[in-house]
Parts: sequence; structure tokens; C-alpha cells
Amino acid sequence: MNYINAHFVANTDSHNSLIKMAPMKLYGWAVSPWMARVLVCLEEAGAEYELVPMSRSGGDHRQPEHLARNPFGEIPVLEDGDLTLYQSRAIARHILRKYKPELLRSDNLQESAMVDVWVDVDAHQLEPIIRPVVFNVIIKPFTGSDCDQDLVDGSIEKLKKTLEVYEARLSSSKYLAGDFVSLADLTHFSFMRYFMATQYAEVVEAYPHVKAWWEALLARPSVKKVMAGMPPDFGFGSGNIP
Amino acid sequence: MVLTSCCTPLARRQIDTHPDPSHAFSQHQLREMAPVKVFGPAMSTNVARVLVFLEEVGAEYEVVDMDFKVMEHKSPEHLARNPFGQIPAFQDGDLLLFESRAISKYVLRKYKTGEVDLLREGNLKEAAMVDVWTEVDAHTYNPALSPIVYQCLFNPMMRGIPTDEKVVAESLEKLKKVLEVYEARLSQHEYLAGDFVSFADLNHFPYTFYFMATPHAALFDSYPHVKAWWERIMARPAIKKISATMVPPKA
Repeated sequence: MNYINAHFVANTDSHNSLIKMAPMKLYGWAVSPWMARVLVCLEEAGAEYELVPMSRSGGDHRQPEHLARNPFGEIPVLEDGDLTLYQSRAIARHILRKYKPELLRSDNLQESAMVDVWVDVDAHQLEPIIRPVVFNVIIKPFTGSDCDQDLVDGSIEKLKKTLEVYEARLSSSKYLAGDFVSLADLTHFSFMRYFMATQYAEVVEAYPHVKAWWEALLARPSVKKVMAGMPPDFGFGSGNIP
Repeated sequence: MVLTSCCTPLARRQIDTHPDPSHAFSQHQLREMAPVKVFGPAMSTNVARVLVFLEEVGAEYEVVDMDFKVMEHKSPEHLARNPFGQIPAFQDGDLLLFESRAISKYVLRKYKTGEVDLLREGNLKEAAMVDVWTEVDAHTYNPALSPIVYQCLFNPMMRGIPTDEKVVAESLEKLKKVLEVYEARLSQHEYLAGDFVSFADLNHFPYTFYFMATPHAALFDSYPHVKAWWERIMARPAIKKISATMVPPKA
């Protein structure tokens, strides 16, 4: 089921050629947190795009047709004219650079550095902790594997220490890179969406500034729209397995 | 805290009398500024990452070593620079940064010139390809390669932990699949993002340098375009200079 987002780009001189181009295509399954990371940026940018659904259980990503787009056999993949991109953060940066550079703060040396810092904090500190919790707590029960509770418990302890850093940061800054929303905040949404659907959400909610920041993210129209395609059980419960 | 060196840039540039509006600062302005500081030992992979880019742009910088034995990285002073208590940390006047790739990008933007543009942010397509292969290094190449470095070098030599050959074997299989893709890519282009060296290529340096000191270095011989690309990277003056401060422990 394809759908086309009918938002048009701003009609500035430098973007005129973009309006005449075919919409960008994003390949993958919408429940994927990597896919959702990109979808949020597309929505924030108001860019025109077409979602091309693929089947994970059908192994679409391992077929030659997809390997021609991404030789690593992963999703998401973005086609923008003759440019084919993969790696969710690379795709996200391209979309924002092209349509909404203020979310990267490209015009300001210090602010763009702070955006980069906190995008990397998500990638290297937070995601490696919450991803195994999501995998063990949400996915494994559906695939018939046992939850590794020791791993989950250890991850939760690491998470608390990490959240102390986030709490300190968000106590002195409205958003992660400064008093402006940016890719740094948006990039956190997709994995946290699933983590916050587990019984461990209360761990995050114990940190008041982190909680307020999370709720502000959830209130954004782009996030609400993308979240609608992300059932908390990845679709396993309803039979819509990706 | 030990101030080990005030490093002079490899490439001396002429004072800029016709400042280019696309540059963040003129060469004259850059010379007037205090050297930036990088905190952490120069032989640490992620510290070396930042130093490579400082050398590539010819910036004035100081390396401030840290004493892990006295837990200096967890001191309040360091936590103010890097709240996760890790290295590197970076200081440019009032600006404190951490995360080595974020630091490196700041350096590349600040010191960008017509000759040294490793990010290509003025060109949408080129910048996107740089980002793709930078992410591939971080999330695909390095996770396959770095366990071999840890198991064969860092663990035995620095932590007294014996090599887990099972982890090495599994990582080698993953790495081979990754290198097949790199071989195909580098058969089409001289460098990863295209026919220009970039941030993406040089990010591969620190861990690959140490990989070449493990017993598995010869793996790259099976991928001739990858090997040639690696040799081009190693031939760069900035890379040679930083390599000299990263003497690997003997495997």
C-alpha cells in the first residue's frame, strides 16, 4: 500500500528545480525504528515522498533488486533523483540539509557542533542500551526466544546513569543541542518510542526534565503522524508482521 | 594533567589577504586564536581520529594527556568537558565538545579552505555520500573490525584478558562480507564517497591502523582495491604524522 505525502517544498529559487522532480522514495517497513527516524525528518521537512513498503519476513531486503540499491541489504533506503542513500542518519541529514537546514543549524559553527554531539550521544550511548531491551522485551516473546533478563537488568542500570547526563543537560537547555529543536532531539524518537511502550518507561519518567522533553517530542505533528505507523508490538499482535 | 605538546600544523599556509566569504574565518583570524585543546592520550583511537583532522586542516592544537590510573577521566574537571567521562574531549575557547566525530566535523568546518574540504557540505550529493560512508564505518565496518582489535591487541596487551578466538572468528566472517562490498565500491571509485578523499575515508584510519598490527592484517590482501585505498590513506602526511604517535603494542 503506497501513499504519497502531498506536501510541497518552499518555492525559493534554489528549490524550484526540486518541485519539478519526482518525489523521493523511501524503501522499508514503517515499524522499523531506523525507518521511522527518517520518516520523522521527512515529515518535519514537509518534503514530498513516497513510501515503498518492503517485507522483512519475506526477505525483500536480501533480494538482488534491493541489493542493487543497498549492497549491505538493509533498510531504509532513500532514492532522491539519481542519488541512492542508506544509513538512517545519513538519509536524515540529507533531507534536512536540503529542505530544513535550521534543524541542523548548518549556518552556525557552535550550534551545528552541539547538534552533532547529541546525535552521536544517541547513537553511541543511548541506543546501544535501549535497543537490546526493546529486542528482548518486545520482540523475543513473539519469535519464541527467551528474554535475557540479566541483559535487560544490566541495561536498565546503565540507562539510569546515562539518563542522569540527559537530565543534567535538559535542566539547563530546553532541547539537547540548545534552546532549539534539532535533529539531535528528533533522532531519539524512534527507538525511545518502543522503549517507552515497555514496563521500563517509568525509569525514564523518573527524570522530570527528560520526561518533559519526551512529551514535547510526542506533541509534534510529525512525530504523531509517524507514530501512527508504529504499533507498540511492531505489528506482531495484529498479524501485520513486518 | 600533563601538557604533552603544542603541535605545529603540518601545512603552513600563507596569511590570507583575500578572505573567502565561504570560510568561517580568515587564515589571519585563525592564527590569532588560541590553539584548540584535545584531551586524552594520542594513541587512543578516538583521540587519534580528531588529531588526524586537525593535521589535515593545519590547525594549531595541544594534546592534553590524561592519567587513567588516577581516574582522571572521572574527575569533576573532566566530567565538565565530557559528562560521560570518556575521551576525547575538546576545548575551543568557551566551547567544550565531546564525541570524536562531532569534534572532528567542527574542526573541519571551522578550518575549511578551498584546498581542504573533507565534508563537502556545499554540495548536496557529495555531502550525502560522505555521510553514508561515515555511517557505514561507524555502524557496519567498525563493529566487524574492532572486536578483532580488542581481542588480539587491546585485551591481551593492555588488560591482561586472553584472546577469545571464537569472537575473532565470528568477526572475521562479518568483516569479509563487509570488505566484499568495499571492494566493489572501491573498484568503481578511488575513495568511498566518490573520486575525492573525504571525512568518510579518514574515519576508517584509527581502528584499521591497529587492525594491521594484529595477526589478521593479511586479510586485506584478498581485497586489492581496498588494500590500495588503505595504502593511499596511509601515505597522507597527516596520517603518517599521527601514526607515529600511535605505536601499537606488539601482538
